[in-house]
Amino acid sequence: MSGKNASYELPLGPIHPALKEPVNFTFKMNGEVIEEVDFAPGRSHRGIEWMGMRRNPVQILHLCDRICGICGVAHALVFAQAIETIADVEVPDRAYYVRTIIAEFERIQSHILWAGVAAHELGFDTLFYLAWQIREESVDVIEYITGNRVNYGIMMVGGTRRDITPDMFPRLEQALQYYEGLFEKMVDLFLNDKTIAMRCKNTGILTKRRALELATVGPTSRASGLAMDVRVDSPYAAYGDLDIDIILPEVYSNETVGDVYDRIVVRLFEVKQSVEIIRQCMKQMPEGPVLAEDKYAKLLMNLKKAKGETFARVEAPRGEDMHYVRMNGKQEAPEMWKVKASTYSNQMAWVEILQGEQIADIPIIVASIDPCMSCTDRVAVVNQEGNAGILTKEHLHRLSVEKTRRMQRRMQS
Amino acid sequence: MRATMTPQEIADRFVQKFGSLVSDVRVQERCEGVKKVPQKTVWMTVPRESINDAIAELISIDYPHLGVIAASDNGDMIDLLYHLQVFFGGKHEEICVVFTVKIPKSDPHVPTISGLIPGAVYSEREKQDMIGVTVDGIPDSRRIFLPDDFPQDVYPWRKDEKGIPPSMVKELWKIDRPTDRPVPPVKEPEPVVKKEPESADQAEGGVTE
Repeated sequence: MSGKNASYELPLGPIHPALKEPVNFTFKMNGEVIEEVDFAPGRSHRGIEWMGMRRNPVQILHLCDRICGICGVAHALVFAQAIETIADVEVPDRAYYVRTIIAEFERIQSHILWAGVAAHELGFDTLFYLAWQIREESVDVIEYITGNRVNYGIMMVGGTRRDITPDMFPRLEQALQYYEGLFEKMVDLFLNDKTIAMRCKNTGILTKRRALELATVGPTSRASGLAMDVRVDSPYAAYGDLDIDIILPEVYSNETVGDVYDRIVVRLFEVKQSVEIIRQCMKQMPEGPVLAEDKYAKLLMNLKKAKGETFARVEAPRGEDMHYVRMNGKQEAPEMWKVKASTYSNQMAWVEILQGEQIADIPIIVASIDPCMSCTDRVAVVNQEGNAGILTKEHLHRLSVEKTRRMQRRMQS
Repeated sequence: MRATMTPQEIADRFVQKFGSLVSDVRVQERCEGVKKVPQKTVWMTVPRESINDAIAELISIDYPHLGVIAASDNGDMIDLLYHLQVFFGGKHEEICVVFTVKIPKSDPHVPTISGLIPGAVYSEREKQDMIGVTVDGIPDSRRIFLPDDFPQDVYPWRKDEKGIPPSMVKELWKIDRPTDRPVPPVKEPEPVVKKEPESADQAEGGVTE
């Protein structure tokens, strides 16, 4: 720190309030500007794949629920699909629709949760409270359908464990109308707010080319104008029957920048899309059972004989979620199980989008890809080497809030 | 709209270009929903020397999205499965391509593909951690998910003697607090002895040192 332009290192994490889950960042700073970024995931690695390779598919399904608290149904759904492909299980048509409805309610709650976090990172806490209050409705509906607010436990190999009957539709419809009624307000609060626009526009830009090269997925890549959505590209469950399009920032603004603001646009409009998807599903839902085989002992017998390998994919709220499963027909447990969560693909983009930005922008940019470390790491051991000089608890969040206040003052004067 | 091919055309193009180098070519379709719209996947096995050529050929068709590089311990061999997608963005047009590369355990090396797809580094680092395949030419060979003090030559996804030994997972309750940790920067405070009210100031002042 002798010369004026000497760069210095700024460690951040693994545990930090600006990061909702553990990950370790090291920034090389020049004054306020980030020169280089490095990150080390793996701080919440729980060895779930290792556990899974010693369990039978039905047990793994419930383990999948617990990979992540937010996108629990995505992991369970994709694993069920993989096993169904290998064992050639015929899933009843109605189950596809139940799966789609629950997956879309999960998307609503996840995106609104993220919107609240984003508002909080900018120091806009009233909006954070409002967003999380609005989110409750979708969590209530999920509880109404599955009995649980998290770890839904609704997926099963060959269908779902619970049905959504027509007498439940009015409650679902009530929730959809609630979100439709609030949509304009949410758009107004998030996208027409001067402060949010100032902080988010042209911040953390990811170009379309880089989004493709770095193999990003989900809203992160769509915000950069890269049209990619498993629900449309390779439809699973009931998505092939529905009329859906890929949401790109063009739905709201004329140009695609690939900044934090565009990521808010994509996520908000996907909430609206989810409402439409659920309504289509309720209209088209075929009659029939929802589970192919309800005797688990018999199901497990059949799965034990299954042999083969496959990749299954779904569009989780954060992007493509992929499981690779290989069964050898000799044992109950799969020979190999690999989970690729959405954040796994998006983390490489951090290095790109944080470079050249300011310290105070770190929280919102890190949050802008909606990172989910539990999904990505899946295992937990902490490094022995202590790290001195880690930013204190609220320091970084405070920096971000101060920047917002500063910009607001400048705007007023 | 991008030009699209059928999965069979992609398979044929690789067979034509690489001849006997590609083997075990198969087209898989899975249909879900009432309308049974297919999800299309082309599987093929390529030798490890040709993995970059195969991906370059795929790039000449359409720049692919790399889903993940999965790995599986297959007895004497390690299978690496490169899952890529092309033609995404159009409705129901996407085709997945899986390149399986078989690597002998006696010589676990594979060339990096990060020259063609920069985003592959993340997945390649994970493969070095988890299944012990050395990726030649990888720009960043540090560990990613496993901590720095994880034992060398133990790979969680291996099924052989290099896998996780029972001593690392069995009877963990027997392991007491670690003793080889560095000294904490602040000395642990001496337990404060409860004293009479008149000497309370002294105790609160932290006169441990």
